[in-house]
Amino acid sequence: MPRLLRSPKILTGLCLSVAFAILAVVGPYLAPYNPNANASTTVGIAQPPSAAHLLGTTQTQQDVLSQLLVGGRSTVLVSLVAGVVATALAVLFGVAAGYLGGRADDLLSMLANIFLVLPALPLLIVIFGLLGKGASPNDLLIGFIISVTGWAFGARQLRAQTLSMRARDFIESARIIGERSWRIMAFEILPNLVPVVATSFLFTVIYGVGTYTALAFLGVINLSHWSWGTMLYWAQNAQAAQDVHIQWWWFLPPGLAVGLFGTGLALLNFGIDEYVNPRLRAAGITGRQARRAGLPRHARLGLTPVLPAREPVLEAREAAR
Amino acid sequence: MSTEEVIPSGQLASPGRHGSDPLIEVSGLCADYGFGAGAVHAVLDVDLTLRRGEVLGLAGESGSGKSTLAYAITRLLRPPGIITAGRARFDGSVDLLSATEHELRGLRWNDIAVVLQSSMNALNPVLRIGTQFADLLRAHRPGMSRVAIRERSAELLAMVGIPADRLTSYPHELSGGMRQRVMIATALALDPAVVIMDEPTTALDVVTQREILEELTALRDRLGFAVLFISHDLSLLVEIADSIAVMYAGRLVEQGPAKAIFRSPRHPYSLGLLNSFPSLHGPRRTMEGIPGSPPDLRTPPPGCAFHPRCRYAFDKCQAEPHPPLLPLDAGSRAAACWLQDGTRTRPDELALEVRP
Repeated sequence: MPRLLRSPKILTGLCLSVAFAILAVVGPYLAPYNPNANASTTVGIAQPPSAAHLLGTTQTQQDVLSQLLVGGRSTVLVSLVAGVVATALAVLFGVAAGYLGGRADDLLSMLANIFLVLPALPLLIVIFGLLGKGASPNDLLIGFIISVTGWAFGARQLRAQTLSMRARDFIESARIIGERSWRIMAFEILPNLVPVVATSFLFTVIYGVGTYTALAFLGVINLSHWSWGTMLYWAQNAQAAQDVHIQWWWFLPPGLAVGLFGTGLALLNFGIDEYVNPRLRAAGITGRQARRAGLPRHARLGLTPVLPAREPVLEAREAAR
Repeated sequence: MSTEEVIPSGQLASPGRHGSDPLIEVSGLCADYGFGAGAVHAVLDVDLTLRRGEVLGLAGESGSGKSTLAYAITRLLRPPGIITAGRARFDGSVDLLSATEHELRGLRWNDIAVVLQSSMNALNPVLRIGTQFADLLRAHRPGMSRVAIRERSAELLAMVGIPADRLTSYPHELSGGMRQRVMIATALALDPAVVIMDEPTTALDVVTQREILEELTALRDRLGFAVLFISHDLSLLVEIADSIAVMYAGRLVEQGPAKAIFRSPRHPYSLGLLNSFPSLHGPRRTMEGIPGSPPDLRTPPPGCAFHPRCRYAFDKCQAEPHPPLLPLDAGSRAAACWLQDGTRTRPDELALEVRP
């Protein structure tokens, strides 16, 4: 097994993320019902899980499982698009600002700073309001719009990393040799920033899930467009969580799905951090190994851990002599 | 003003006791990087004694474990370093490996000072040299007056051959050699009994290197501290060290008085190291060096770790486990080599008489 997969954080995170990615692709085909179809027009109360409806029904007798499976695609797609576009913008702005310096840096940094202080959610509500609720919802467009508010943080981070990279000898030598700026940025600097870019990407995907769900929950996105956020909107609308009879099968699945997807990405993020920076790991030791050997989980600088079992080892050695 | 008056609790070792009682005793020390199957065994079963006032040279190629050994003794090994076996004592009573952080802090700098290869970079670039000395003295000698601190700082600088008016300089105003001298001065500021020097002059040119080493030797004679001097340069160690320990692949392979190792090495690896340096006097000869490269410490070769590179290797070197340090020449020295176990005729180069 490659070293990357030996980390339990990366393994769990990867499993969760891949599972949700697969769900996004095949979910709509697996859905047992049309998410809009009403199973009954006479019953007006959400029904708990049954054999026919594994996750129960909504107030209007739509199948919750089908909504969950269909809504997954939109949620995952929007957050991925937001992540990809925001990361691309962050790399473009951050690396260029950090490497070019001077006027270019001033301008690009100013743009990033402006987007950083813009209140994202109100701005998005306004933008989607302008687009109109009735406009045909397009996941790519939604993802793109969300990314506009999500790239600035990554850009600042990448700019700082690039600044420290810029003064290094290998970059200066590349400049003296006469490599072009774009080439230095793309082939000398960017490969060194891969871990930062990766974590920045995962971070913006998490941001995308949260923001898209929040927007849909607030009813800003077309409500006939199924996503986990819209499910939560309808559940909230029917007071599924406030009633005396809490209809957990309605609001819990989409909420958990959002939470698990975010958790998977976050675990992946932490795992990559530890992989790239081995000092974050406890002396290259997993928690279980450390406990068993009686070593501290986190070695401190200037206090090298000593195996407590060393005395018997020493005695055995002396006896052997 | 003499040193004794300035330092109230200074542990001045009198040079008269030179070479008597052991200050640092290490036995069976093993240190790994990492833990479990992928661990790198960087130091294996090392016994070492540093006596009061002695200069002990630790020689070996890059990656032979000499720095790891020094850091393991002082518990300064960075993660993922772990000490897996052995004992290390300071001054007969303090167990360095079971000492708490508080005890270690009390010991460091006061009793055991360390100078690193690039320690000149440890100077804070925005503080004057004098301020950095004052910080150190104020923290460790709380009762010292302002005047006494200034005088002591000037004295320390003078000790390493830098005029006292440099106290008002910033680190960037000093050359690399001067900064390294400043670091040696700070290491000596509290009159430690032991100074561990990890290639302190490697980053400097040979002339500066020689000056610093001469000063160091003079200071040692005057102040009587013991030095554990790490260097890959065996010819340099021969000049300044009383005794030398040669490391290879994490183990001590030869140990003995410096002159004896220089004139009559008993381990093929020491011989190879000595043959890698030209001598200034004597006839010209072809430099031989040691063929091959040090082994991967995760998967060391079976038997003697040096046998794949050894021109004298025979079947026993591969079949038997790594040889122990065999006492030689009436116990005055030791070498870990099967050639020296008395059952075989040794090659002439490894059987030279020790001349006085």
